[in-house]
Order: sequence, then structure tokens, then C-alpha cells
Amino acid sequence: MTMPLLTVNQLVKHFPIRGGLLGRVLDKVHAVDGVSFEVNTGETLGIVGESGCGKSTTGRCVLRLIEPTSGEIWFAGRNVTAMAPDELRTMARDMQIIFQDPYASLNPRMTVAAIIGEALTIHKLTKTLREYTDRIVDLLETVGLSADHLRRYPHEFSGGQRQRVGIARALAVNPKLIVCDEAVSALDVSIQAQVINLLEDLQAQRGLTYIFIAHDLSVVEHISNRVAVMYLGRIVEIASSRDLYTRPQHPYTEALLSAVPIPDPGFKRRRVPLQGDVPSPIHPPSGCHFHTRCPIAKPQCSRESPALKPVAEGHWVACHFRG
Amino acid sequence: MPLLDIQGLKTHFKTDDGWLHAVDGVDLSVDAGETLGVVGESGCGKSVTAMSVMRLIAMPPGRFAGGQILWQGRDLITLPDEEMRRIRMKEIAIVFQEPMTSLNPVYTIGQQIGEALRLHQGLNRREATERAIEMLKRVHIPTPERRVHDYPHQFSGGMRQRAVLAMALSCSPRLLIADEPTTALDVTIQAQILDLLAELKAEFGMAVMLITHAMGVVAEVAQRVVVMYAGKVVEEATVHELFEHPRHPYTQGLIHSIPRIDTAATRKVRLETIAGSVPKLIEPGEGCRFAPRCKFASAPCSAATPGLRSVAPGHKVACILDFKL
Repeated sequence: MTMPLLTVNQLVKHFPIRGGLLGRVLDKVHAVDGVSFEVNTGETLGIVGESGCGKSTTGRCVLRLIEPTSGEIWFAGRNVTAMAPDELRTMARDMQIIFQDPYASLNPRMTVAAIIGEALTIHKLTKTLREYTDRIVDLLETVGLSADHLRRYPHEFSGGQRQRVGIARALAVNPKLIVCDEAVSALDVSIQAQVINLLEDLQAQRGLTYIFIAHDLSVVEHISNRVAVMYLGRIVEIASSRDLYTRPQHPYTEALLSAVPIPDPGFKRRRVPLQGDVPSPIHPPSGCHFHTRCPIAKPQCSRESPALKPVAEGHWVACHFRG
Repeated sequence: MPLLDIQGLKTHFKTDDGWLHAVDGVDLSVDAGETLGVVGESGCGKSVTAMSVMRLIAMPPGRFAGGQILWQGRDLITLPDEEMRRIRMKEIAIVFQEPMTSLNPVYTIGQQIGEALRLHQGLNRREATERAIEMLKRVHIPTPERRVHDYPHQFSGGMRQRAVLAMALSCSPRLLIADEPTTALDVTIQAQILDLLAELKAEFGMAVMLITHAMGVVAEVAQRVVVMYAGKVVEEATVHELFEHPRHPYTQGLIHSIPRIDTAATRKVRLETIAGSVPKLIEPGEGCRFAPRCKFASAPCSAATPGLRSVAPGHKVACILDFKL
């Protein structure tokens, strides 16, 4: 067994809520509440969950775009959480992120060449102007664009093309790990498929490792080797993509999967209905966070928080009554 | 006679670059009590079609460049504003993707549901509040007696969409247009709203025109489906026929480009893609608008715009090719 590329251990992120005249901390949002997982080289770990489950915060904490409250992140044998700012900057070459909204993540006043080239300049990755331009053209061609696009601005591109620019920018520094935070969610289905295939091709060619964060379960299932399901700041189930989708164990995973509309009018579903909405992460329910909506909850669930425990090879579930 | 019969509708918008043909000759109809799904990607004209039916298109910059929107035989396009106002809400209601588009943040939920009732049904304030509570109950808002006095910001996204549905259905319309009603919602909440929509449809006996980009949602909810591309209808069929025998290359591409969890877990396949992206709709020329992206396109495709033709009972396609999957 080789060492995982990334190890996240008991990651916690609380956002303070300030208020009043003196701006005192009145409360806190428990965005991520003790999350642990590993990602191996060359694999794709999917993270799914509904709005506010902490999946994006987890992704950003891994890169320390958001400072974790506590917990440890180890990347390629180095402790990311203990890194000084200059170390972190060097580290950024190995870990990149692609965001959901290509409209918001590309500077509208910069040409595509400048957007992609910025990282090359910052990390001093090219020596001559010739080399710099060649590298940018090479990156554009890698993502299915061409040298004709060099001098264009983001607004001249369609949504799918902009996301390709975002991918080229991430690839510029030759990263090992890319966090894809809802990277295809804003795209139309026909364009979404193009970008998903591109991400898969890049992974095969370059041995990339992905953390693929999305709310669309079908997309996550398609692209991931393993999937973690999050609910209110915690991982409730983690398994190989196949096991999770064919043999879900946690009642939340079951409900989530049964809610996905299937593009087959003959499909007969057994829906596991969930009552109400996700509770507020400011005061998450006691014990198991899911007990307020769980169809199989018992008194124990509101008192004790279940730990993740193995139910099969590589399949972990946090539920008192499953596994 | 269909309830709603749209014939050759053209809704264009004036832009700095010329006229944008957002809806360019759309034919579709909705029968009483049926659910029609209208699918297509961003910019295909599905929402503009809905807004045209409601006569909610700002003019200028928009204009009706042709066609008819027959509502129970009467053309809505030429209807005086006063009569159109009576049809909105009372006969045709609409809900949007983002419930805050239809909710005013400074009025309570009860006041907003009651407004239409007081306007269209002449109820007084107390009666309107009572009716609002009843409507909130029917969309399964817990403790409606209390919630009726809440403001929209006190509701979650799913509850707001329920409140908007309650508002839309308060006057028992004959047609509900739902424009991406679940797109902004989480998947478990989406399931709740789709179930609710089906339940309300049965209860109120209305027709639903469901506009969405999600093939899964259409498969689950609709009886008949219209597929739109670049301002035109490219295919129309019953939901089973459409998913089993899609005829238009665009429909086939759409169906095969979505990852599916029902089959994918057992066999991983590479997603099919549709090359390129949607065309610009500013004063488009002749020819099939999908031809530049179509892998089966040949010279005749760009020569003339194909019209809808029948290929099977209830199944129409706008493509000159004749092939089956």
C-alpha cells in the first residue's frame, strides 16, 4: 500500500458570526465538523452533498484558501497546515483549483494569454518570451482551444470555453492535485459532457489526482473512483463509486440517491422521502446531525454522534444502525 | 381543441447588433390536464416562449414578429392589456426558477398569496388570509397559521418555492407554467417539489407546461415533450417515444451526453458529446440551425430550414434525415 497523496485528518472549520456594536463573536457556523479522508495518486475522490454541507469549504481548506480552525492536512508527506506563507506559495504549484463560475474566476480585464501566463511568471516557470508564449499556446491546445484565442478577453468566450481557460490556468503550473469545485455545474448538458471528457483525458495523460466536488450525483458517480457523502459538515459515508451507488448504507445516501431524477420514463423508483429542510449549520442537531430527518432514527441518535466505521472493504458509514 | 395552441410564434429582441431571433417560429400545444415538458439548453427560447404566453416580454426591446398564441381559441397577442390581466393568475399562472423573482421582500407571504385572491375573487382581507393559510397547508408548509405572517426571508429556498406555488394556484388556473421550478434547489428538495407538483396537478386538474434543461426531470414528470434548439422546436413526442426512439440528432445527443446513475454504476462509458456550441441568433440565415454541430449534416441541411414533419403518431421531427436508433 503506497502512501496517499493527500491525507485530511479531523478537519474543522468554524466561521465566526460577529454582531453588535463591538463586533463580538456571537455564534459560529459549523461549516466543517471533523472531516477525515485520504486521496491516492491518480484517483478521483468525489464529494457530494447539498448546499451548506461543507463540501466547498473542505475543498478550499485543503489548499488553505480558507484557514482551517483545526485538523491536519498532509500533502505528499508534508504538513500543509503548518506551512509558512512562502512555503505555501511553492506548494500552490502542486495543488490547483477550478471554480464553478468561469465568469467570476477570470479577470475580465486580462487577455487569456495573461490569465494563463500569470502563474508561469509568478513561479518563474519559463525563461524566454518565446518559451512563455509556446507554453501558453500548448496549454490552450491541451484544453481544446487554439493560438487564435491568445489575445481575447473572457467575455468573448462561451461558458464552456471559459471553463476550458480556467482548466488551462490550473494546468499551467503542472499540478499533481486539482480541486474541481462544481467545475461543470454551470454548464449546459452538451457542454458539460465535453468538459467532463476533457478532465478525464487530462487525468489519463498526466496522472492527475482530482477532488471533484459537486451537488450533481450523476456527474460525481461518473467521474469518481471513490465518493464521500457529506451532511452538515460531516462525512456520513465514503465508498467506491460503485459500492456507494449500488449498495448505499447510510439513510441519507439512500434518500439522496432516490431523489435523483432518472432520464428514463419507464424507471420505477422507490423514493425514500426526506421531510423538511437541512437544519442550520449554526446550531446543528445534537448527536447524529441527520437524526432530525432520518427515517430510522432512534433516541440514541440524538445523544451520540456515530463514528465512521467500515462495513466492507473501503466502505465506511457513520450510522448507529447500519453496518 | 387544445387549451393552449402556439402557432409559428416569433419573439424577437432589438440589440445593438441587430434583431435577436430568440423564438423563431415555435409551434406547440398543451391539452387540458396534461403535463408538457419543454426542454432545451440556455438560450434555446424556452423561457421566452413562456414569457410570451404570459405577455411579460418588455416591448421594446422585444416584439412579436409573427404567429399566434391561441388560448382556448382566443389570440393572446392581440388581446387588450385589461383582458390579459384577467387571464394572468386566474387562467394561466407562472412560477419561476428563483422564487424571489415573484416574492416581494417587504410583504408577508400571506399578503402576497392574498393579493391575487382579493384582486381576482373579490375576497376581503380576513377571507384572503384564511384562504392563504389553506393554500399553504395544501403545499405542506408546517404550521401555516403562523407561517402566513412570515416574510419571504424567513422561508428556506424550498419553502419559498412552495409559497410561490401556493400563490400561483390560489385562483385555480387551468394552466400552470413552471419555468425551471426546481433548478435552484437541492436534489432532495427538488424531489419534494416535483412530487408536490404532481399531487397539486391531480388535485386542481390543471395542465402544466414544465420548462427545464434537465432530461431526468422531464422523464419523471412529463407526458409529452417538446425539444427546442436555437429558437425552434426540433422534436415533439410522448415522453416514452422520445426517450426510446429519439429521431433528431440533437435530442439523441442530449440524451446520451448525460451521466446516469441507474446504468453507469454497472458499466462506465465515455459520455457522448455534441461538438461546438449554440449559434448566435442575431438575424440567422436559412438552414437547419443544428447543422454546424450535427455529425450527420450534409449540404441540403444548410440550404433550407427543415419544418416539423410527422414520423409516427404524435411524433414530429424537424430534420431532413430519416433514421432510427
